[in-house]
Amino acid sequence: MSGELTGGTSGGTSGELSGGTSGGATGALSGGVRASWPLYEVFVRGKRGLNHVHVGSLRAPDDETALRHARDLYTRRNEGVSIWVTRSDHITASSPDEKDPFFAPSGDKVYRHPTFYEIPDDVPHM
Amino acid sequence: MSHDNPYEALGGDGDARWAFGTGFTDPLAGVDTTAPAGVDGGDLAAYCLMLGDDALVMSHRLQEWCTRAPELEEEVALANIALDLLGQARLLLARAGQADGGGRSEDDLAFLRDAPDFRNVRLVEAANGDFARSMARLLVFAVWRLALLDRLAGSRDPVLAAVAAKGVKEVAYHRDYAAGWVVRLGDGTAYSRERMKEGLAAVWPLVAELFVPHEVELRLARAGVAVDPSQLRAEFDAVLDQVLDAARLTRPDAARPGEADAAQEGPADAAPAGAGGRDGRHGTELDEVLSVMQSVARALPGATW
Repeated sequence: MSGELTGGTSGGTSGELSGGTSGGATGALSGGVRASWPLYEVFVRGKRGLNHVHVGSLRAPDDETALRHARDLYTRRNEGVSIWVTRSDHITASSPDEKDPFFAPSGDKVYRHPTFYEIPDDVPHM
Repeated sequence: MSHDNPYEALGGDGDARWAFGTGFTDPLAGVDTTAPAGVDGGDLAAYCLMLGDDALVMSHRLQEWCTRAPELEEEVALANIALDLLGQARLLLARAGQADGGGRSEDDLAFLRDAPDFRNVRLVEAANGDFARSMARLLVFAVWRLALLDRLAGSRDPVLAAVAAKGVKEVAYHRDYAAGWVVRLGDGTAYSRERMKEGLAAVWPLVAELFVPHEVELRLARAGVAVDPSQLRAEFDAVLDQVLDAARLTRPDAARPGEADAAQEGPADAAPAGAGGRDGRHGTELDEVLSVMQSVARALPGATW
C-alpha cells in the first residue's frame, strides 16, 4: 500500500490517493523515494511496570513518526506511560544457532541465584 | 513479575485481562449536570449541538480513511483521532438532549436528525479529497477547535468545562499529528509540495465560517458559558502560520502581514453571517455523510447491539 502515497505513479487503485493529479507529476517521483518505510521495534513501560517491555513493531519514515505511530498502535488502551522506539536494524540479536554456547552453561549454576538469603518482606521488586 | 508475556508485565496487577489497560476515567465523574442559573436550556442545547455536530461529522470523515489510508499505521492513527472526536460528540449530544428538555438521547440526535437540523460548520462535512487535503482540513479544524476548547474549559457550565478539559488533551495531539504531515508533505518532494498546496487551497474557502459567531454563541458567551469564535482568529492565524512556515507554505489569502482581518471579507472566503452550517445551511456533502452514518439506525429503528 505504501507505494500509493510515496510513489503513486499511474492512476493506481485508490482514486483518493493517486487521483486528482494525473500523469505529469510522475517525473518528480523517479528519484530516491523509498517504496516502504523501515521497521521499528517498540518498547512500552506500563503504569506499574518498572522497565520497558517489547510489545511489537511498526513501520515509520523517521524516528519521531515512529514514536507517534507507537503511541497510536500500542498505547490505545491506556497501557503506557513511556515509549521507546528503535530501528530494528539497530538491534543486534543473539542467534538461535548459538543457543547452546550462549545459554546452556548457566543451566547448572544454581549458586548464582541469591537463594541463600532471607529477603525481608518490605523489600520490593525482588 | 514474569516478563515472558508483555501483557502480564504491563498489567502488573495479576488480573486476568484480555487487554492490559487499567485505570480508565470518566470525564464527567463528579460533575454537576444541572444547567447553570440564568442560562436558557434551548440556547445551551443549540450550542452543544454545534460543537457536538462538528465533532461527529469530522469523526465520520476521518473514519472514511479506514481501509483506505496510505499506511496501516496512519489508518490506526486516523481512527484514533476519529474515536476521540466521537467521544466528544457523544458527551455533547447527550448534554444537548438533556438541556432542551426534549428527552432525546445522543443516538436520537446523531441518527434521526436530517441535514437541516445539523449545526456543524461546513468545513467538517466537505469530502476528504486526497491525503494532503485531509491533512490540511484536519490541521485547520484542530487548530481552531483547540483554541476554542482551551477557552471553553473555563465555562460556567460544568459539563462543557469538563468536556473541553478532556478535549484539549485530545485535540492537542490531533493538531500535532496534522501539523507533522503538513510539514512533511509541504517541505517534501516537489510533487508532495504541489499536492499539499492544492489541498490547503481547497480547504481554505471554508475557513472564514469558523470565526463567524452565531447569535446563540454570542448570548452564551456573554453569560460566560460559550466561546465567541471571532475571538479565536488571532491565535488560529499565529499557530497556522507557524506550521506553514515550517512547511514552506503560505496561507492562500496571505497577501501581506496585518491584513488578516480584511482578508476575512475577501472573495475567497465568502461566508456571510446567517448562511452557514450553524444555521443548518449545508452542502450536499452532508447528505452523503448522513446517508451512510444513519443508514443502519434508520433501517432498523430502535435496534440495539
